[in-house]
Amino acid sequence: MTIALETTPTAVPEKRKIVDRRSIGDRIFRKGVTAGAMTAFVVLSMIAALLFFRGFQIFRAFGLEFITTSRWEDVDGTVQNAQFGVAAMLLGSIIVAVIAMVVAFPFVVSSALFLEFYVPGKIKAVLVAVLDLMAAIPSIIYGLWGYLVLMPLASGWAASINKYLGWIPIFNVDFDNFEASPFVSGLVLALMILPIAMSVTREVYSRAPLDQIQAAYALGGSRWGAIRAVVIPFGRSGLVGGMLLGMGRALGETVAVLLTLNLVFEVKFQILASAGGSVASLIASRFGEASPLELKALMAAGLVLFLLTLVVNFGASTIVNRAERRVK
Amino acid sequence: MSSNDVVIPERQKPWINRTASVREMVAPVVIAAVLAGVLNLVTGLAGLLGYYLSFVICYVIVAAVFGLRHDKVKGVDKLASAAIVLGFATAFIPWVSILLTVIRRGWPTIYGGYFTTDMRVTAADDDLGMGGLSHALVGTVLMLLVASVISIPLGVLTAAYITEIRGRLAGFVRIMIQSMSGVPSIVAGLFIFATVVSRYKFSGIAGALALSILMLPTIARTAEEVLKLVPEEIRSASYALGASQMATTFRIILPAARSGLVTASMLGVARVAGETAPLILTSFYSAIFSLKMFGEPIGSLPMYTYQNFGVGTDTALTRAWGGALVLMVLILILFTTARLVGGRTKK
Repeated sequence: MTIALETTPTAVPEKRKIVDRRSIGDRIFRKGVTAGAMTAFVVLSMIAALLFFRGFQIFRAFGLEFITTSRWEDVDGTVQNAQFGVAAMLLGSIIVAVIAMVVAFPFVVSSALFLEFYVPGKIKAVLVAVLDLMAAIPSIIYGLWGYLVLMPLASGWAASINKYLGWIPIFNVDFDNFEASPFVSGLVLALMILPIAMSVTREVYSRAPLDQIQAAYALGGSRWGAIRAVVIPFGRSGLVGGMLLGMGRALGETVAVLLTLNLVFEVKFQILASAGGSVASLIASRFGEASPLELKALMAAGLVLFLLTLVVNFGASTIVNRAERRVK
Repeated sequence: MSSNDVVIPERQKPWINRTASVREMVAPVVIAAVLAGVLNLVTGLAGLLGYYLSFVICYVIVAAVFGLRHDKVKGVDKLASAAIVLGFATAFIPWVSILLTVIRRGWPTIYGGYFTTDMRVTAADDDLGMGGLSHALVGTVLMLLVASVISIPLGVLTAAYITEIRGRLAGFVRIMIQSMSGVPSIVAGLFIFATVVSRYKFSGIAGALALSILMLPTIARTAEEVLKLVPEEIRSASYALGASQMATTFRIILPAARSGLVTASMLGVARVAGETAPLILTSFYSAIFSLKMFGEPIGSLPMYTYQNFGVGTDTALTRAWGGALVLMVLILILFTTARLVGGRTKK
């Protein structure tokens, strides 16, 4: 191994300079794309800031009462004589969204399991496409259908629930009018949030570890045994996240609720009675004839709704992201 | 084939049942259907829904009994399976009802002039052979076009930031997009109302801006998924040949993902085409055919439906369903196109 030393030394080429600085064009490009990507942040902060400033007068005049009281009166357009409070609407929004979640829950689980473990691949692809389309049905159509088709049926169901379970406080009513109740709205919303909640849940279920499912079968378990022992525990956080995402949607839904709910400014827990609340629908319904002062109150209500959905959605996406990252 | 080749069998998904006989699947259904018919006649569960309810109860019981003939495990399995299948089927019923109702109730409004006339001389209560929704259709299309022009580039840039630039803020940007997708549509409308409408009146451009806020997150998220699918090798090859990052992105990556990006855009458009709440606050409604996007209200399909629903008489309600039908068809077309374009890439 000494041969190399005998050869005459050749000129060693000079080291090439490695440039790791980006060209001017690229730097401008990166700045530009970064600026574009900030749009979401800019829009979100502008929404929050603007609604806050427009509603500032209301927050200053009523303070916490804006959230804890539920009178909505604008006498002559002056703050002194007016009273604004969204308690009933805020609580109503939450009640309707919770009803939607409770009703949708069994269907979300069963549909996600059905699509993932019961249908062959080709039919599944078709069904998933159909469900995506369902998620795109406009809320106005859900509202129309809810008002004209579902409400006559659902108020009948509500009447029988009231008849047999009326001794439970939430199923009690003061007088027999079961139309346009939080129950009816909640049913419509349950239908609307089903596709989104289901697709998130299905996504997480589909990543359930195959080894463990095979192990469950190998131990003599049935299909349901494998699902119960492996898939459902595995997908629990994905399911919670999906349901929360759906709840975020339900809280912000306007038109479908506006068409199927009778807005009443009174805190009530009787879900079958024809009286409920929804912040989003309040804004849409009062907007047309609002005085400048009431408009400010609606902006303030908009901010409350915005922050509420932001918190719910943030929680939901954190849970979903964590569930999905754990798998990778 | 040499003997050294080891054939690795594909991993089996054990839940795919290859031995289920048709008879085993059909028999419980038939028995339950008959039993439900009996229940339907003798008990209070009358009508179509009553029949379905009794069928659900009977099927679950019959399926469980079929399973119990083997053993308890099989019985529980059949019971759970029946519940799962019926859960899905039940969830589907309302959607079928929605589709059928929209078609059945909206169909009477459709006639030749429905797409060429507006409502300037026709009242919501006039006979169905008069007036139409050309004003609403053109308003919706115009607003969607303007909203797309704003949101598609921004959405693609956002996705490109996450997949191409891969800057420090990628996680932050993704969180912001997720939060933005949760903004209630009425809040987006309120925001545009406070910034644009309160100064420049109701206008189509205000409606388009509100829609673009709602469209952006869908496009950005779908585009991100699409750009992630572009193989890393293509990027490396482009850089190795000395291309700048700008050239790589615009001339290699985006063209490679073109059809996927079209799909992302279409899905974004389909998602907002039927938004009503923000339009109440921004573009409002006009019954007159107009191409003017500034300074005056403009019609739109959702608002046409909403407005006619508000009138409340039979003819007006039929018109509302007519608007809903046209809207559904529009969304269906957008969706199918998106699927077809997107499907072509994978092959």
